[in-house]
Amino acid sequence: MTAPSSRGGASRGGARRTRTVVLTGVGWLVALAFLLPYLQMLVTALKPERELTKSPGTYLPDHWTWSNFVDVWSAAPVWTYLRVSLVVAAAATAVTLACAMPAAYYTARNRFRGRGAFLLLVLITQMFAPTALVIGIYREMVALNLTDTLLALILVNAAFNLPFCTWILHGYFSSIPKELEEAAFLDGAGRVGALTRVTLPISLPGVVTAVVYTFISAWNEYIVALTVTASPDRRPLTVAIPSFVTQYQAHWQFLFATSLIAIVPVVILFVFIERYLIGGLTAGSVK
Amino acid sequence: MQDVIPEKAGSGTPVPEPGGPSPLRRAGRALTPLLWLGPSLALIAVVVVWPVIEMVRTSLLKISSSGVTLGGRGAGNYTDLFDEEDLVPVILRTLGWVAGIVIVTMALSLALGQLLNARFPGRRVVRWAVIVPWAASVLMTSLIWKWMLDNYSGLVNRVLLDLHVIDKPVNWLAHPREAMLWMMWVAVFVSLPFASFVILAGLQTIPAEIYEAARVDGAGPLRTYLGITLPLLRPAIMIASIINVINVFNSFPIIWAMTGGGPGHATDTTTTFMYKLAFYDQNVGESAAMAVVNFVLILVMVLLYLRASRWREEVR
Repeated sequence: MTAPSSRGGASRGGARRTRTVVLTGVGWLVALAFLLPYLQMLVTALKPERELTKSPGTYLPDHWTWSNFVDVWSAAPVWTYLRVSLVVAAAATAVTLACAMPAAYYTARNRFRGRGAFLLLVLITQMFAPTALVIGIYREMVALNLTDTLLALILVNAAFNLPFCTWILHGYFSSIPKELEEAAFLDGAGRVGALTRVTLPISLPGVVTAVVYTFISAWNEYIVALTVTASPDRRPLTVAIPSFVTQYQAHWQFLFATSLIAIVPVVILFVFIERYLIGGLTAGSVK
Repeated sequence: MQDVIPEKAGSGTPVPEPGGPSPLRRAGRALTPLLWLGPSLALIAVVVVWPVIEMVRTSLLKISSSGVTLGGRGAGNYTDLFDEEDLVPVILRTLGWVAGIVIVTMALSLALGQLLNARFPGRRVVRWAVIVPWAASVLMTSLIWKWMLDNYSGLVNRVLLDLHVIDKPVNWLAHPREAMLWMMWVAVFVSLPFASFVILAGLQTIPAEIYEAARVDGAGPLRTYLGITLPLLRPAIMIASIINVINVFNSFPIIWAMTGGGPGHATDTTTTFMYKLAFYDQNVGESAAMAVVNFVLILVMVLLYLRASRWREEVR
């Protein structure tokens, strides 16, 4: 990784320059490789439908059909799908945060019997994806008469993102010295004031990360929504878009136009929280 | 799950007991945590613990195809499951699926983590690009790969035809072997961002002085990597691999979107097999038996994770 020490100054500078050029080239190729499928989504979304059945396929559209992004809204109730995804993701995020914040704060500030057990339970929950439990979840929702409701999706998404939020908030709350809160309290800020004026602002990156991550995972959740919902107006984007391509129709252009509408905003959000993510996802084992 | 908690609870953090508090105060102190942890516990109980119990219960019941419970069945669902002639191939395929994806993902992510840690112009943009498959819906990523692999109009066939690698279009997803390899590639593609960022986080914890010392001692790049970087990355590699194993084992959207596990059960893993038993064959009892088997396998992996992460030391 480092240049051999035996070389002279000039050639060492040259070696370093070559290294940077190679790294940059490889780096940009890697970036392109990761973006390629999504660029292909864009290109497909911009093709007219008759061009999609050409064999072999075309690299770029013959006619750049930007109107696909307008027509898609009337080709299917895309707005309804979006609304369902938005409601489920937002509500799940709110429920998760309401449950995770007090738990994370209390476990960070206090030692008590059962603390270790609780944190272990949270960690085990993180390891179980909804996929592993989907049959049980389905049976439960049937028993509770909650099939085909958004409430079922909200609860499931809230529960499976709870661990990540608890871990990441726990980390932030633990890192804030108790004395800081005590000082604010003594200055007359009150318990709540100390919390909202001292603790929360310092842990804001943690809270934002928890919110964004939960929102995106709920937004992308597939198997439970596929299993539990049935009516068209209660299906989120992930479950609804495959119906653009069936035995009877093949609107790949609309499928990928909708996909991009779903993907672009969350990618932008994700970029902002990237550097806070790993700590929460690995329960702090890797910092 | 039930078995694990009490066992670990015994070794929980000792409670400081100043003096001898009155029984009433002690009861109050014991209940305060419940107030703060209550909402979380309730949510986990309803959405995680209940389905686990329901799953085990269902696996022991006789349930009609319309969902009516017809009474207990003992181990009947399990014997039915183990009599399925597709089961052994599905399990072997799942093992190959997990092992193949995780090994390739980890090998590539070691290189990718190194690249993302190196200094070069535009590194930030490259990091953003690598994040995209992580943030995007796995289902949608699988659908674009399905479209790129399309028999008639797919990009993959077009490129391979133009490069004269193939002389007529190949229907990749119709042949089980080819379909499986492509789906494993898609799984690697969506697993790489997380694994690489864990490796990157691991690399960032290695102090620069160690490399400086190795350089002074005259260690070459390879020696430095094998002697310093790799051993110090061990925890990161362990954590990333185990989380990757669990995720890949649970992976559903890729296979569901690209082949649906077909033709027949030729590209099913235990997860899609379980799903088809319940919702195609309307055999919820047997599906629940499969789910319980999956659950136990994941539980074993979780225990491995707990050992590898030495989670207790981190909980301070």
